[in-house]
Amino acid sequence: MAYDEKILEKSIDPSVHKMLSRAAELHIETAWDRYEKMLPECGFGELGVCCRNCNMGPCRISPFDDHGPKKGVCGATADIIVARNLVRMIAGGAAAHSDHGRDLAHTLLMTAEGKSSGYEIKDEVKLKTLAVEYGIPVDGRTKEEIALDLAKAAYAEFGKQEGFIQFTRRAPEKRVALWKKLGIDPRGIDREIVEIMHRTHIGVDNDPVNLILQGLKASIADGWGGSAIATELSDVLFGTPVPVRSQSNLGVLKKDHVNIIVHGHEPVLSEMVVAAAGDPGLVSQAEKTGAKGINVVGICCTGNEVCMRHGIPMAGNFLQQELAVITGAVEAMIVDVQCIMPSLGPLSECFHTKFISTSPKAKFPGALHMEFHEEKALGIAKEIVQAAVDNYRSRDQDKVMIPEDKTECMVGFSTEAVVRALGGTLDPLLEAVKTGKIRGIAGVVGCNNPKIKHDHGHIGLVEELIKHDVLVTSTGCNAMACAKRGLLLPEAAEQAGEGLKSVCQALGIPPVLHMGSCVDISRILTVCAAIANALGVDISDLPVAGAAPEWMSEKAVSIGSYVVSSGIFTVLGTVPPVLGSPVVTEVLTRTANDVVGATFAVETDPVKAAALMIAHIDAKRKALGV
Amino acid sequence: MTQPKEIFVKTDRCVGCLSCTIACAVAHSNSRTLFGAVFEKPVPKSRIYVEWSDPDKKIPLVCRHCEEAPCMFACISGAIHRDENGVVLTDTDKCIGCWTCVMVCPYGVIGRHLETHKAYRCDRCPDRDVPACVSACPTGALVYETAASFSGAVRKSASRELIRSEG
Repeated sequence: MAYDEKILEKSIDPSVHKMLSRAAELHIETAWDRYEKMLPECGFGELGVCCRNCNMGPCRISPFDDHGPKKGVCGATADIIVARNLVRMIAGGAAAHSDHGRDLAHTLLMTAEGKSSGYEIKDEVKLKTLAVEYGIPVDGRTKEEIALDLAKAAYAEFGKQEGFIQFTRRAPEKRVALWKKLGIDPRGIDREIVEIMHRTHIGVDNDPVNLILQGLKASIADGWGGSAIATELSDVLFGTPVPVRSQSNLGVLKKDHVNIIVHGHEPVLSEMVVAAAGDPGLVSQAEKTGAKGINVVGICCTGNEVCMRHGIPMAGNFLQQELAVITGAVEAMIVDVQCIMPSLGPLSECFHTKFISTSPKAKFPGALHMEFHEEKALGIAKEIVQAAVDNYRSRDQDKVMIPEDKTECMVGFSTEAVVRALGGTLDPLLEAVKTGKIRGIAGVVGCNNPKIKHDHGHIGLVEELIKHDVLVTSTGCNAMACAKRGLLLPEAAEQAGEGLKSVCQALGIPPVLHMGSCVDISRILTVCAAIANALGVDISDLPVAGAAPEWMSEKAVSIGSYVVSSGIFTVLGTVPPVLGSPVVTEVLTRTANDVVGATFAVETDPVKAAALMIAHIDAKRKALGV
Repeated sequence: MTQPKEIFVKTDRCVGCLSCTIACAVAHSNSRTLFGAVFEKPVPKSRIYVEWSDPDKKIPLVCRHCEEAPCMFACISGAIHRDENGVVLTDTDKCIGCWTCVMVCPYGVIGRHLETHKAYRCDRCPDRDVPACVSACPTGALVYETAASFSGAVRKSASRELIRSEG
């Protein structure tokens, strides 16, 4: 079918073309339409030069006019305002990831105390490994006893006032020493976030560089703290992912099944929904309503979480959430926290879809709120699934249009799984890097953003990287874009350069490794740390690079900051709101290299972004003498 | 004969966001992009101004391209002319920077460019269908219409007010 040029330019994904065309037919607006209506977006905001931190303003600095204001009412320059706004974004992102980690610590605590329903400690090996890392005794103790101490230790990381966050010590000694020297070794997760809010209050920290350093400190508390806790405790509770085959894209919705979408981020909810959907009573009820069964699929990071642990298909990434509802085939869209568009409420009302919110932290207009609590988790999950099953009767099959697009994928390369795929040691990987078969390793992550043709930023970059023998590790919406494109299959090695292809074929792995959700970028850090430690160098010496081609969220700002703070050069595919400050721009793109050994770059063209990453990787290879 | 379009201001709609000023400067930059424009020298200039007036009115002001333009009559070097669309333009090659135009402009909307030493003002964005300031206005305070269409809309609204006041 031929589509309007306007639709074709919005995405490279054929399922999106179909659904946008369907949306137009039904006169339903999507994020792309709202983005168009928003244009031109506020230039002051784009440059980061507006400040609403006190009520003498709002102030904004004129980027052009010499007669326009050059300082806020308090005297803050563009440099100060941009730095304050930037670190507040980091605070928002670090708070989101870390609160996710806190929820996992809470679930583990309740499970250890026997107060949760439906949860168990699935990975005892990991439990013990983490306990040892924390200095918690393991010998002769039950898993519940160990888990109780581990949960309390993890919980304590958030409110800690002094000392250090345990998982930061996975970083090479040189890196930790550098953080200490710079005063950016985080003391406690919440403390660093709170300190950002304090420093950016009117009349506190007005030195752009000092502000940015605190931003980096909070971001390290995210990547090596809150996010790492989220990842590790999820593995303890739900199992450490191992490679598993699944499918992705909107075509995983089934016309003759009760379709349930789990959307959001924390596996605490989605794991129980998956369990409840397998309940024989509910399945038979679904069959009584005329459906052939219950089909659970995921969107966003929740999709990644349940896909890599259960092979639950992934319906799509961030910009496909509305399109999934527009298929008319979704009985329930169940959400928890983060990246859930408030548009889903009014949109669901156009169909029979029940939009069900579950977190006391995240309520939405037009949503049915069925609050989720660990104490009665399985029971609540069953009620939610029941609501979906009951809703199947309300589906209007004439309104159903499911695109047939779906692609096979292999997901679930946790750090442990990567090591296992390598034969139990990192040596084959190091060897491949040394011989140049693998030129370097890239971490490509992040969101979707209608500012960039959907998935084009992700795929354009990743395909270019693997073609040049760069092994890609991927999480979040990038991982889903790669899944839909077929890049998460061992067969995709055919698209890689000769060196990478031979390594992938020898090991039976895809050239793009799905490492999980956005908090699982902590897994990529762990791998980098392990490689650096094995070589006796710092992470900043490694031939590695990061990218967030279609980023949009505050979490992505925090991610970029901790990745750079860890010594990894990072390319952003959308322009961050900092260009209004020459000082901040200079610090992020140049000076940071002298401070943390890495910088940011901005490149909206994915092929050129790949070239920047490859050039960086080559320079690091040369410096290492490989 | 069809009437030319003008930039009109609905003063009750302006919220003072200054988006028009940014869009104007970008439209008059070399790169025509915000992220390019902020790094350009000479610094791109906005030709539209937003004045604040007590107690809390925000008033966008831009060259009215007056039919009997005082600036055009006053220009000693003959740099100011009117093009076929009625747009009053300053020929920067001829401008000697005497600022007489600035002095006589009743709206104060002609600027002095400190780097190029030339006068600058609204050129109605000759490359665009709708001037950049109008496209950028998020509240519809700036409109690009013919005088007839603008005053027609004002009359419509005034009629409604009149009916309402009569009960």
